[in-house]
Amino acid sequence: MSSRLRWRKFVSNFMLTMTGVCAAISVSVLFFILGYLVYHGGTSISWNFFTKLPAPVGETGGGMANAIVGSGKLLLLATIFGVPIGFLGAIYLAEFSGGTTAFVVRYAADLLNGVPSIVIGIFAYALAVLPFKHFSTLAGGFALGLMMIPITLRSTEEFLRGVPNALREASMALGASKWKTIASVIVPAAYRGILTAILLAFARVAGETAPLLFTAFGNRFWSNGWNQPTASLPAMIYNYAIAPYDDWHRQAWAAGLVLLGLILVINIVARAILSRGIAVPRA
Amino acid sequence: MATTTTTVPSAGPVAGSRSFLSRFREGDEIARMITFLFAASVVLVTFLLVFELWQGSVLPRHKFGFNFFRTSVWDPNFDQFGALPFIYGTLVTAAVSLVIAVPLGIGAAIFLAELAPARLSDSLEFFIDLLAAVPSVIYGLLGVFIVVPLMRDYLQPALKNSLGFLPIFQGPAYGVGFLTAGIVLAIMVIPYIISVSREVLLSVPRDQREAALSLGSTRWESTWKVVVPFARGGIMGSIFLALARALGETMAVTMVIGNNPIVSASLFSPGYSIAAVIANELTEATSNLHYQSLIELGLVLFILTFVLNGLARLMIVATSQRGAGMGHA
Repeated sequence: MSSRLRWRKFVSNFMLTMTGVCAAISVSVLFFILGYLVYHGGTSISWNFFTKLPAPVGETGGGMANAIVGSGKLLLLATIFGVPIGFLGAIYLAEFSGGTTAFVVRYAADLLNGVPSIVIGIFAYALAVLPFKHFSTLAGGFALGLMMIPITLRSTEEFLRGVPNALREASMALGASKWKTIASVIVPAAYRGILTAILLAFARVAGETAPLLFTAFGNRFWSNGWNQPTASLPAMIYNYAIAPYDDWHRQAWAAGLVLLGLILVINIVARAILSRGIAVPRA
Repeated sequence: MATTTTTVPSAGPVAGSRSFLSRFREGDEIARMITFLFAASVVLVTFLLVFELWQGSVLPRHKFGFNFFRTSVWDPNFDQFGALPFIYGTLVTAAVSLVIAVPLGIGAAIFLAELAPARLSDSLEFFIDLLAAVPSVIYGLLGVFIVVPLMRDYLQPALKNSLGFLPIFQGPAYGVGFLTAGIVLAIMVIPYIISVSREVLLSVPRDQREAALSLGSTRWESTWKVVVPFARGGIMGSIFLALARALGETMAVTMVIGNNPIVSASLFSPGYSIAAVIANELTEATSNLHYQSLIELGLVLFILTFVLNGLARLMIVATSQRGAGMGHA
C-alpha cells in the first residue's frame, strides 16, 4: 500500500469519525438539558408547586398553580382560534382549490410561519391589547393561535394530499357529493396525520414566551375570566430566572422541568400516533 | 414525491358536468365557500401583519430616515433613537452562532445520512426533532445558570490567555455578552441545520456515490467531493433557515446577552439585540416615537427573516428536485 493511499484512508477514517463525534455532541445536548432540568428542577418540585399561588416577594415557598391554569387557558384559546382556520383552510387547499389562490394562501402561511415570535407579539399587542388598553388572556390566546395556524395548515394539507385518489373516486362513483366524500372518507383516512399536526403545533406554542410578554403579560394572583392578564409557565420561567432571588431560581427550574416534560411527552405521543401507520394503504 | 403529484383536479369531469345550482344544493358550493373563507383569513392575517408593521413605524421612518440604522444613541428621554447597537448585536450573535453550528450541524448530518445505519439514523433524528422542540425560554434558563458561569469562570479566561491578542477576545469576562448569546443560539439552531441537511443529503442519487467509489475514491472523498457538492444548495438553504431563526430568537438571547446597547469589537462585552430590546421596552415605551421605533425594529427583523426564509426554501426545493430528477429509485 503506497503511503499516499494510506494517507487518504487515514483522512477518510478520521473525517468520518469526526462526523460521528459531531452527531454525538449534537444529540447529547438533549440529554444535558434533560439532566440539568431533572437535577435542578426535580429537587424543587413539590405538591405546593402545583397547588399554591406564588408567595409574596421576599418570602420563600409558594407555587405556580395560577401559571399552570393560565397556560392551560391560553393554549385552549389558541387551539380554538388556530386549529379551525388551519384545518378548514387546509381542506380548501387540498380539495377545492388549484392554481393561483392556493399559491397565495400557501405563500402567506409560509410567510407567517417564518415570522419571529417577537414580531407576532408586536402584532397581537397592536391589535388586541392597545385598543382595549389592558393585557388579557384573550390577547395571549390570539397571539399563540396565530402561530398555530400555519403549522396546522401546511401539515394537514400534506396529509390530506397523501390520501390515495382511488378513495376519492370510489366515493364519488357511489354518488356521494364532494363534501360528503371529504367529511366521511378523506378526513377519516388522514386523521392520524391531522391529529399529529395539531399536537405538534400545540407543543410548539406551549413553550412560546415572547408573544405572551406583551399580551397575557403576567399575574401573581388568579386571573378571573378571560379579560384579565394571566400568568403562564413560560413567562414565569423567564421572570423568575432573571430575578435575584434563589428561591425563585429554584422554582424556575421546577417550572422548566414541568414545561419541557409536557412538550416532550406531546411530541413523543404525536410521533407515536403517526408511526402506527396511515389508516389506509398508500396507492 | 408521490404525494404532490396526486392532486385531484377539482373532482374532474364529475363536478364539472353538474350545474352550479345542483352543486349548491348538494352542499358542495357551501363547503367550498366556508373553507375558502378560512383559507382567505390566513392571507388576510398575514397582510394585516405586514400592514401593521409598516403603518406602525411611520414616525421614526420619517423623522430619522436612514440615520435610524447608522446612529447608536438610543435615548427615550430625549426622543433620540438610533438602532445600530441592536442591529450590530443581532448580526454578531447570529454570526457567532453560525461559526459554531455550521460545522457541527453539517458534520452530524453527514454522519446521519451517509454513515449511520438507517435505524440508528432514524432514532438519532428523533432526538434531534425533540431538541428542536425545546422552547427557547428553557435554553435561556440553562444559559443563565449553566452557560454564563461556565463562560465567566473557564472559557473566557482560557480564550483570553490563549488568543487574547485578538481584539475580539479582550476585555473583562462578565459571562454574559455576545459570545455567550452566540453559543446558546448555536445550540438552538443546530437541530434545524441537521434535519434539513440530512434530508437533502439523503435525496442525492445513489449512483453519484457509487460512481465516485468505483473510481477509487475513499468513502470520505466520495462524500466530501461528490455528495456534499451535489447537495450544496440545500445545505446552504438549511444554513439560511438557521440564520433566520438565530436573528429572530428572543428569549434565550435576552437572558444572556447582557442588555447593554453598545457597539463593541470584543465578543466578551455585554450587548443587545433587536428582539431583546423589543421584548424589554415595548410595553414600557415612554412616547409614541419610542413605541414606533420599536415597531420599526420589528419590521427590520421581519424583512430579514422573510428574505432568508424565502431564499432557503428555494434552495432546498431546487436541490431536492435535482436529486429526484436524476431518477434514483
